[in-house]
Amino acid sequence: MAMTLQCDIVSAETQIYSGLVELLVATGIEGELGVCHGHAALLTRLIPGPIRLVEPTGEEHVYYASGGFLEVQGDVVTVLADTAVRADDIDEAAAETARQNAEEALANQQGEIDYGLASAQLAEATAQLSALRKLKNRAGRG
Amino acid sequence: MAAGKEIRTKITSIQSTQKITSAMEMVAASKMRRAQDRMEVGKPYAQRMRAVVGHIANSTPEYRHAYMQEREVKRAGYIIVSTDRGLCGGLNINLFKSAIASMRDLQDSGVEIELCLVGAKAGGFFASVGGNVTATVKDLGEEPSLGDLIGGVKSMLDAYTEGRIDALYLAGNEFVNTMTQSPTVEQLLPLKAEQNESLSHHWDYLYEPDARELLDALMVRYIESLVYQAVVENGACEQAARMIAMKNATDNAGELIEDLQLVYNKARQAAITQELAEIVGGAAAIG
Repeated sequence: MAMTLQCDIVSAETQIYSGLVELLVATGIEGELGVCHGHAALLTRLIPGPIRLVEPTGEEHVYYASGGFLEVQGDVVTVLADTAVRADDIDEAAAETARQNAEEALANQQGEIDYGLASAQLAEATAQLSALRKLKNRAGRG
Repeated sequence: MAAGKEIRTKITSIQSTQKITSAMEMVAASKMRRAQDRMEVGKPYAQRMRAVVGHIANSTPEYRHAYMQEREVKRAGYIIVSTDRGLCGGLNINLFKSAIASMRDLQDSGVEIELCLVGAKAGGFFASVGGNVTATVKDLGEEPSLGDLIGGVKSMLDAYTEGRIDALYLAGNEFVNTMTQSPTVEQLLPLKAEQNESLSHHWDYLYEPDARELLDALMVRYIESLVYQAVVENGACEQAARMIAMKNATDNAGELIEDLQLVYNKARQAAITQELAEIVGGAAAIG
């Protein structure tokens, strides 16, 4: 039997994923981290970025979380995302536009733009695009 | 037929009231369904959050967050979640009763109370009853957003952190089913550790970044999510209670109309009989 752990991804709006996984890769505040069976109890903050799951069947799923918390306790990994969506559902064009807008806003700063807000938007849009790219790469390989 | 006309007017006015209450019943029924969906949707997050915080409370952490430390209770805070509008039966008043009963218990042992009121009804009630109100939040509408609540919740959390209050309670209605809503008062702070046999040994998490920063953020998020869930649940209760109240009002109006109709018919019959008797009597006198 494969070494698996129970994975739950919930956001404030809805339950997104619940099931057994072999591996979970998320974007923590101190870098990407992978969680497998037998991982030590861990609590970390997530930054906007993709969450990749590998099911026991070898099937992969990519989700996108805009931040939140990740908890590992025993053989259960819980992701409390602020908002999370399936990567397939991200509108690539919209994410790209959002990224460009945010970049422009940062480039021509004229005082009235909220720097913090713009850079947060840029980070989020970039993270969404990276989740999408991951999804596409995988499709390309498969 | 003077009496008859009065009764007719009364029947017409009750009929128009009945139309209004039955319309309100239907509106509440459709809103209840949406409010219930909103409540269900938020549940998994609140449950998971509760589980994670429960684990933390059971662990032997390097840094014990202020929210987990029991201290002697001198002042207590209450967040009371009520509705913005009335016409929902005894929903609010039952809640206030049980909240006040719980406050009485504390006040008897010399604890002072501070209030954070959510919803216009609580504001009105505690203005007349009296109470030390630190924050009010109202006009949340059908779809309460977390953003509207944060201000009020934060003022209570700050009070707790600064030591102005030593315990925090949340009072709101629990949605049992459409017919039943029960008022509940639960303790938010300090966090109570749930007994969990499998976690009884000494252990701690790995924290990334450090424990203090992480727990601060997580705890605030936890309390916010609990209060938000309570507000959403209270919204579902409000619509259900209004639906039942309006259904009862419609039924009562129907009964009233039936009774009045009976009185009206009797009066009409009596008047006709009397007129006949007068005619017969008159004819007999002439003949």
